[in-house]
Amino acid sequence: MTWSEMQPVLSQACWDTLYMVGWSTLIAIVAGLPLGILLVLTDKGGLLQNVVVNKAIGQIVNIARSMPFIILMVALMTFTRWITGTTIGREAAIVPLAIGAIPFFARLVEMSVREVDGGLVEAVQSMGGSTWKVVRSVLVPESLPSLISGATTTVIALIGYSAMAGTVGAGGLGDVAVRYGYQRFETGMMWITVAILAVVISLLQFAGDYAARSLHRRSGKTGGLLLFKPLRGIFPGTVATDAVKKS
Amino acid sequence: MHPCPGTPTPAHSTVTETHVITTSGLTKIYRAHRSHGREVTALDGVDLHVREGEVYGVIGQSGAGKSSLIRCVNLLERPTSGTVTVAGQDLTALAGRGPRAGRELRRARSRIGMVFQHFNLLSSRTVQDNIELPLEILGQAGRARSLKALELLDLVGLADKAKAYPAQLSGGQKQRVGIARALAGDPKVLLSDEATSALDPETTRSILQLLRDLNRQLGLTVLLITHEMDVVKSVCDSAALMEKGRIVESGTVSELLATPGSELAAALFPVSGEATGTDRTVLDVTFHGESATQPVVSQLARTYNIDISILGAAIDTVGGLQIGRMRIELPGRYEDNVVPIGFLREQGLQIDVVGPAGEVPVLVEEGAK
Repeated sequence: MTWSEMQPVLSQACWDTLYMVGWSTLIAIVAGLPLGILLVLTDKGGLLQNVVVNKAIGQIVNIARSMPFIILMVALMTFTRWITGTTIGREAAIVPLAIGAIPFFARLVEMSVREVDGGLVEAVQSMGGSTWKVVRSVLVPESLPSLISGATTTVIALIGYSAMAGTVGAGGLGDVAVRYGYQRFETGMMWITVAILAVVISLLQFAGDYAARSLHRRSGKTGGLLLFKPLRGIFPGTVATDAVKKS
Repeated sequence: MHPCPGTPTPAHSTVTETHVITTSGLTKIYRAHRSHGREVTALDGVDLHVREGEVYGVIGQSGAGKSSLIRCVNLLERPTSGTVTVAGQDLTALAGRGPRAGRELRRARSRIGMVFQHFNLLSSRTVQDNIELPLEILGQAGRARSLKALELLDLVGLADKAKAYPAQLSGGQKQRVGIARALAGDPKVLLSDEATSALDPETTRSILQLLRDLNRQLGLTVLLITHEMDVVKSVCDSAALMEKGRIVESGTVSELLATPGSELAAALFPVSGEATGTDRTVLDVTFHGESATQPVVSQLARTYNIDISILGAAIDTVGGLQIGRMRIELPGRYEDNVVPIGFLREQGLQIDVVGPAGEVPVLVEEGAK
């Protein structure tokens, strides 16, 4: 296969992957964030303590999270048809991808939000803040760097899941690797696919780490990878930690 | 640290006889989860009366129930029984039944400022935005909020730190921001939960001075809890000693100092000195007001022809009062000295006989949780 033959196939595959992962990430964040916060709030000692709701959400999240994606995709076929009118193609793949990613992200949100210092919640309560105010001004902003890391992990996991979406005719890079690399022994095509995925995943991880780190740096917490330290000079953060002054 | 801005502190206090915080029969029992019958009584019928405009200190060891007490005052902790009244409003009646705070209780809380041991500033917000937070909760407009925040920053001496993040501040500066934030809603009452316990001695002094100035300038009533006697000594008008969930002593500092055998008074103003032999009587003589000028020791020696040794003596300012205390030793047992002791009491002095165990109870200073 020549490059001119491969190029349209690959660009279509990249676009398909981007389309599926983009939409399902968006849905996963929109639904997973409130779900994760609700898991924390309804837990014992939480602001909206409710054991029944907590156990129910927790159970659903656990089951959905441990389900192999390819089985989830098949199992959700009826639901997918009800939502999109079809079980084949990119749109049809978005439904199981999103459903699979919601509990995944919700657990990551739960872990991040649990890390927030309870004293901050108490401070807002002592000012007369409502639970909604606590969520908006404490739980989410204080865990934001960690939430961004969680979203990055979710996107990367979704790229992995999306490779299986080829089985429902959704296309994408995974589908190309299977059809050309496995079924037609087009090794060149497969390696290019692998290289593209490697580059995309690295870039995403880098962007996620960078965003999380610059927020961390502002709030003066330490953490993140030392690897990116030299980049500070190139991308100055909002406030440099070096400016820490004591009087 | 930054010096406190504003006018020099007026010497007179702003204390009135109105009670602004009252708790009656306040009880808090924690039930250990899933263990039948295991209960911890953190508060055991606490009656607290804080007068308007005073700085009231509650002191006690860790686990004495101080934290539960202050957290019950704004109902962050729900008391098991008893009532809490702040500025004439019965908060326990507003609380409702569920664990969630209803609108009315939240409204009442916004009029009570609170300062925390670990500052509890939001690291994701600038100093100014932290101070604006209670104003956001009160629903004030953006412009009014920032004006108020800058005014408060000026009041606590951090006008230049508005755009800084809490991580860029020292502990003392963080607590100043915490105080500014607590004052944003123009509260009548400020609760201070071990506000200086995480600070070094010098910073502690400057923060206490700030609280004292705010108390004087704004007529702010301050209820503070602490495990450090120095805090009570330097800023409090009144104090209470807590032990095992009960208030065992309370009153204004001058009342306490005038109470014979008061543990708090002894801890506030200790004198030391051991008896030189078993056949001796050791007395703590406390002078305040008029009696301080009387030449009592020489009178005593002349009148009864006894030799008096001075074991220890000190003069100090406690709660704004000049007070002197002296530990003296008379020859002979207590029974032999009833008459001289009577003479000293007649002179208007406060006499505490130091028992053979010889030691004034010491309040353990240990870190709060």
